[in-house]
Amino acid sequence: MTKQSKSKYNNFKVDRSKFPEMENGKPVIDLDSHKYTKLWQGPQHPGVTGNMAIELTINGDEIVQAKTHVGYLHRGFEKLLERRKYIQGFTIVCRICVPEPDTNEYLYSAAVEELAGIEIPKKAKWIRTLNLEMSRLASFLMWLGGQAGSLGMGVIGQWTVGMRDFWLDLFEEMTGGRIYHMYMIPGGVRKDLPEGFVERAKELIVETRKLLFDIEKALFNNAIFKSRLKGLGIIPPEMVDEYGIVGANARASGKEYDVRMNNPYLKYPELDMKMITSTGGDAFARAEVRYQEIHQTLDLISQILDKLPREGEIQAKIPNVVNWKIPTGETYVKAESTRGEHGFYVVSDGTKYPRRVFNRGASYTHAISVFEKLAINRSISDTAALLVSLQTCPPEIER
Amino acid sequence: MSIKDIISPFSVWKRAAQKPWTIKDPINDRPGAENYRGFHKNDFDKCVGCGTCEDICQNAAIDLMPVEGVETDMGDSGLRPMIDYGRCCWCALCVDVCPTGSLTMSNDYTWVTDDPEDYRFIPGADKKKWDDCEKGYKRADNFQLIDFERIKMKELGVEERSSPFIEMVKGYSKEQAIEEAERCLECGICVARCPAHMDIPEYIKAIREDDIELAVQILYKTNPFSASCGRVCTHHCEDVCSLAHNGEPIAIRWLKRYILDQVSPEEMAKVLKSIIQTNNKKVAIIGAGPGGLSAAYYLRLLGYEITIFEGNEKGGGMLRYGIPEYRLPYDQLDKDIDYIASLGVKINYNTRIGDEVNFDDIYNSNDALFISPGLWNSIPVNITGEELPNVISGIDLLNKVTNNEEIELGSKVAVIGGGNSAMDAARTAKRLGAEVEVYYRRRIEDMPADVEEIVEAQEENVKFFPQTTPLELKKEGSRIKFIWGKNKMERKEGERPKPVLIKGETFETDIDTFIIAIGQKADLSFLPEKINNNLETKWSKVVVNENGQTTVEKIFSGGDASNNKADAVSAIADGHKAAVGIDKYLNK
Repeated sequence: MTKQSKSKYNNFKVDRSKFPEMENGKPVIDLDSHKYTKLWQGPQHPGVTGNMAIELTINGDEIVQAKTHVGYLHRGFEKLLERRKYIQGFTIVCRICVPEPDTNEYLYSAAVEELAGIEIPKKAKWIRTLNLEMSRLASFLMWLGGQAGSLGMGVIGQWTVGMRDFWLDLFEEMTGGRIYHMYMIPGGVRKDLPEGFVERAKELIVETRKLLFDIEKALFNNAIFKSRLKGLGIIPPEMVDEYGIVGANARASGKEYDVRMNNPYLKYPELDMKMITSTGGDAFARAEVRYQEIHQTLDLISQILDKLPREGEIQAKIPNVVNWKIPTGETYVKAESTRGEHGFYVVSDGTKYPRRVFNRGASYTHAISVFEKLAINRSISDTAALLVSLQTCPPEIER
Repeated sequence: MSIKDIISPFSVWKRAAQKPWTIKDPINDRPGAENYRGFHKNDFDKCVGCGTCEDICQNAAIDLMPVEGVETDMGDSGLRPMIDYGRCCWCALCVDVCPTGSLTMSNDYTWVTDDPEDYRFIPGADKKKWDDCEKGYKRADNFQLIDFERIKMKELGVEERSSPFIEMVKGYSKEQAIEEAERCLECGICVARCPAHMDIPEYIKAIREDDIELAVQILYKTNPFSASCGRVCTHHCEDVCSLAHNGEPIAIRWLKRYILDQVSPEEMAKVLKSIIQTNNKKVAIIGAGPGGLSAAYYLRLLGYEITIFEGNEKGGGMLRYGIPEYRLPYDQLDKDIDYIASLGVKINYNTRIGDEVNFDDIYNSNDALFISPGLWNSIPVNITGEELPNVISGIDLLNKVTNNEEIELGSKVAVIGGGNSAMDAARTAKRLGAEVEVYYRRRIEDMPADVEEIVEAQEENVKFFPQTTPLELKKEGSRIKFIWGKNKMERKEGERPKPVLIKGETFETDIDTFIIAIGQKADLSFLPEKINNNLETKWSKVVVNENGQTTVEKIFSGGDASNNKADAVSAIADGHKAAVGIDKYLNK
C-alpha cells in the first residue's frame, strides 16, 4: 500500500479490508443508512476508457462497490457478420477495437483461411506481422498517453498521440486508411508496401525511441506517477488464472503467457523476442511491462523490416468472393493484442455466410470482473488510473 | 523514490522550445497518401453498370441508377452506381471487385457541402473537385477478388481431330462446371444480350447448387434447343460478360451444355413435367428448324395442335444440314427434337409444300401458320465460270456430308467467304482430305466467323488469303484455273474499312473445287402468288412485327428467313416470340 496521509479523519489509516462487509461475494450496503453515495463515472467521462460507465457506491471518497455498465455502443458485430458474405466481414471486425483494429482483421481472416484451407503467401505473412506490430505500437502509444493523462499529466498524452499520428501516416501509406485499415483480407493483404516505406519506418523507429527516452524521464522517474500507481490494483498471481486475466496484466503478475511465443503464428517464430514479465502485480508493474513491450515492439518492427521479402505474392488464390462458400467446420484462432489474448471463434455451415462469429476480447474480463474487484476500497480519484492500467477497450466488451 | 524523481519530470520543458508537430493547414500542407481511400470516382468509358459494386457493398450504400446520357445497349445496363456517403464506410471493396476496373478512389481527405443531398451522388456523372485526381486507391494488379480465368475444357488435339467427324470439345465434369459457375457475378448483362433472353445467371446458380432439374427447367423456359445451343450457339452473351473486360468471360455455352449432358433423353419428360391441356386450335408450321420447332414447343405447351411440314428427311434445319457433326453431334440434336415431338407435335418429314401437300389446304385448315423455311439458296459470287460443274455452295457440301452422299472434292479446294458457314465448309473439306484455301475480301480480323472457328481452322492447316477478290474461273481439263485479285482497305471516317481491288495485281491458282460460302437467301417460292404478293419483304427477308406476325394476318414468320442474325438462338427467340404472338392473335 502507498503511504497514507496523517489526517485523523482518513479512513485509510485503519485496515479497511473488512469493509464493506461481504456476503456471498457481494458487499452488504444499506443505502437507507445515508452513509453511502451513488456516483456515476461515465458514459461521457474522460476518466473512462471509452463508452462505458461505472456505477460507484462510495463512502466518503472510498469505493465500496463498483459496477461496470455497458450497452452504450452495442452495434451487434457478431450478429451482423452472420448476415454478411465472408469477404464482407473484414470491413466490420476492425470496428471491434478502435485503437487496435488490425488484430481483429488478422484473426477474422486467419479463421476464414483456416476453414477454407488456404495458406497465404510468405510475403503476405511478413506484411501481416509488420501490420500487427505497428498496430500494437499505435495502441501502446495511446495507452501511454492515457495512463499519464489519468493522473493529470496531459503533456505525455500530447506527445504519444502526436507520435502515434506519425505511425498512422505510415498506416495510411500502407493500407489506404488511418484508423480502420481494412487491409488484411481473407486470402492475404490488399496492397504491396509502397516505395520507400521501409526507410521511412526505420526513421520513425529512431524518432519514437527518442520520445520514449523523454517519457521515461518524465513519467517513469516521476514521484507522483510512482506513488499513485504503486500498490494500485494489485493482481495477485493466484487471481490470474482464476479470473482469466491475460496480456500485460497477467505478465505483470508473473504469468509467463504471450500468445506470440506460446502459440506462435505468422512469422513470429522467425523473430528474436523474449517474454517480458514482472512480479509487482500493481498498476506500476503493468505500466513498466507495457513500457518495455513498446521497446520490444519497436525492436520487432526493425527485425521485420530487415527480413521482409521485397518480391513475392501478396494474396493466395481465392475463388470469386461473391459466391465464396466456406466448407463446414469450426475454428478458434488467437493472437496477442496489446490487451492480451484476442480470439475469434468462427463456425461455418458450408454456405456463403458464417453461421457464428464469436470474438473473445480481453477487456470483458478486465473491465468487468477484475476492475469491479480491484476498485473496492480505493479512492474515487484512482478509478481512471486503475481502468487505464488494465488497458480496457469497451467496444470489445460488447461486440 | 528519490530526489531524482522530483527533478526529472521537469525535463518536459525541454520540448516546449521545439518546433511543434502540428501542421497549420493539414489539407494543403500534407496531401493524402498515394493509396488513400478517399472519395469515389467512376470512369464511364469503362463502367458497364454490372452492379457488382452494389452487390458487394455490405452497407447497402450503392444503388444503380439511370443516368442521363448513358444509353442501355448490348453489354451495358445503362445504369451507374450512386453512392450514399451516409452509409459508406470507405472500405473500397467495391473498387476491388469492380470487374471492369472503372471504379476507383481519389486521395482527397475532406469535402464539405451545405446540402445533405449532395452526399448521395453518382461518381462520374455528378462533377466533383476530385474527378481529375490521379492519386488514390485502385485495385492492385497482383490482387483480385473475382476469378478472371476460365476453367479449361478438354479438347481433342489437332492431329486427333482433323480427319474424323467426331465431337471436338469434351464437356465439363461436375467439379469443373461448379467451379466455372462460381466465377459468375450474377450481373445479368448477358440476359439482355441473348436473343432468347435466357435466364443465364439463374441456371448458372442452379449449377452451383447442383440442382440440375431446376437448371433444365430454367433453360426450357426460353430455349427448347439447349442441348444444341450448348454446343453451337454464337454465344453473344459471353462477348458482353462483365468478366470479359479484364479477363475471360464465363463459359456460358459450355455450362448450358453441361446441364443437358446430365439428363438422358428418357429423363427429360420427368424433369420438365410438362402438362398440356389441348385447346382444339390448330397451328401449322412450315420448316422444322430451330425456329419452327421452338414455336411448336411453346404453342404445344399452350395447348395448340401442331403440325410441322419439313422437306428434309430429318428435323433441325441448318443445325443438322448446315453445321458439321464434329461441332454438333446429331444425337444431341435428336435429343432436343425428340422431346418436342414427344409432347404430341406432329412432324411430317419429306413433305415439300406444293409437291406433297397444297399450301391452300394448310392455310385453310389451320387457325394460324408459322413459316420458317430457312436460307437454302446460296448467294452467287457473280463471276464468269460460276456455272462450271466443280463449283458448289458451302451449304451443298455440308448437306451432302450430313446425308452421307459421296463427294469428290479433288486435292485442292478454294472456299470463298469469311463467316461461320465458310469456316464449316473449309474445315469439312479439310476433313475430307483436301488442301483448303479460304479467300475473303476483308482482313482476318474483319471476318464475321467466331474467333475460335478461325483459330481452329488455322490450327488444322487451312490457309487464309484475306483481302482478295475472286475474278474469274476457267476450265482447264478436269481442274479449274481460279483467277483472283488483291484488295487494299480504304478507310472513311465512321465507316467500316472497304475493300478496293488493286489494279494489275492478279494471281492464278489451280484448284479442283470452288466452294461459295458468302451467304444464303430464303426460297419463298412455295407460297402461292396471292400470298407472296401481300407478304412484305425487305432485302429478301420476310418483314414481321414485334409479335412475329407478317403482313398476311394469319401468317407468322421467324428464323433465318426473317431475321438478319443468321444464328440458331435468334431463330429460337423468333419461334418463342411468334408462339406468344400467335396465342395473342388467336385469343384476342
